[in-house]
Amino acid sequence: MAKRSFLIPGVDKRLLIKDSIKTMPDVTRRRFIAGGASLGALTLLTGCDVVDSSSADALLAKVSKFNDAVQAFIFNPDALAPTFPESAITKPFPFNAYYDLDDAPEVDGKDWKLEVRGLVDNKKSWTLDELYKLPQVSQITRHICVEGWSAIGSWTGTPLRDFLKLIGADTRAKYVWFQCADKDGYNSPLDMRSALHPQTQMTFKYANEILPRAYGFPMKIRVPTKLGFKNPKYVVSMEVTNDYKGGYWEDQGYNSFSGS
Amino acid sequence: MSSLTVSDEQVSATPAKVIQPAWVRIMHWVNAFAMILMILSGWQIYNASPLFGFSFPREYTLGGWLGGGLLWHFAAMWLLMINGLAYLVTGFATGRFAKKLLPITPSGVLHDVRAALTFKLGHADLTVYNYVQRVLYAGIIVVGVLIVLTGVGMWKPVQLHWLVMLFGDYPTARYVHFFCMASICAFLVIHVILALLVPKSLRAMIIGR
Repeated sequence: MAKRSFLIPGVDKRLLIKDSIKTMPDVTRRRFIAGGASLGALTLLTGCDVVDSSSADALLAKVSKFNDAVQAFIFNPDALAPTFPESAITKPFPFNAYYDLDDAPEVDGKDWKLEVRGLVDNKKSWTLDELYKLPQVSQITRHICVEGWSAIGSWTGTPLRDFLKLIGADTRAKYVWFQCADKDGYNSPLDMRSALHPQTQMTFKYANEILPRAYGFPMKIRVPTKLGFKNPKYVVSMEVTNDYKGGYWEDQGYNSFSGS
Repeated sequence: MSSLTVSDEQVSATPAKVIQPAWVRIMHWVNAFAMILMILSGWQIYNASPLFGFSFPREYTLGGWLGGGLLWHFAAMWLLMINGLAYLVTGFATGRFAKKLLPITPSGVLHDVRAALTFKLGHADLTVYNYVQRVLYAGIIVVGVLIVLTGVGMWKPVQLHWLVMLFGDYPTARYVHFFCMASICAFLVIHVILALLVPKSLRAMIIGR
């Protein structure tokens, strides 16, 4: 038996579809048409809603994850960031944050304590005086901002890997997660291999002076193998963890590994 | 555009010489797509910290903000690099580069530039590139290699330190990257104008003949 036609005899199918499209709400219609003509290169480039659609975002997020893996693969734990003579230091070294210098955290060094959490043997908090007694080293390296600019600075402090050893951290864990005193609660995860890099430093001094407020008093984590936003300032706690806890900028879309 | 609608009968009746083989056409358009994504997202990134006293208009940037621009840039780079590498390998392996782009002689270039500027450059045989084309196409391949090398170097200035050092250091690599982009934009303008002036060359890049 022939299939029963639901169409009214004498009505042109194509005209019917055309008419029904016209009754769709405008946005649906645009999407319907964009979906149909999705060779889309030009539609994409005109910057209309196709670009901001969640499917494009999801794809970009996937590629960014892939790029994390590629960067972890490329990362050589023994490759040192180039160092420079003192004459190469950028003066003045720029202050950079998502707020003005006037709004930068004002930490009282006497009250401040570094909290240590997570997969570590000794979870005691550290005062600034205690931290200052640890052996320190200096480095003059290039700070590269995610925005593209770079500046050479001089940082002095304790290699993070020495501190992690001291507190009995489980260095097989995936991340060291830093939390900061910045308004809106800055935080950032650092993969363990980068945390153990010989140049990754708990920084207490800039240009041989106590770290000024602009550069993250009382403590900054200097990671010359990472972009600037992965060098947290005004650090108040660190947690050794296997969980990816996200970060202030990472959650907004900056690539999480962001290695140099 | 009427020349685009060649009927099947016409094509089969006079089997025209293939001017652009399929691999060239596919890689050309993939490259065009990837390059435009790279340029528009690159302008977004540039605007976050301009090298010069100007910014690119927001309407011509991709990603909405720096983070979005970076996501596009570091996604489209794979398409650009893989396609570009495949193009270089195939171009050398098939002998196409040697056959189509060489030789390039100063006198030949001078002669053809003069002819082109006075609209006397012939386009009877599209299978043979004139000296203006040879210089532009060979030049843009070199610029393409440079922009990828500076880009990868800036992406990994520690892991691939030798690569940024080829261009001075990180800040100088940034300038080289910018001027390569500017050259590609200038090429793009000239390339599109010339293709529109000789529409059959555009047709050849679409349907091959």
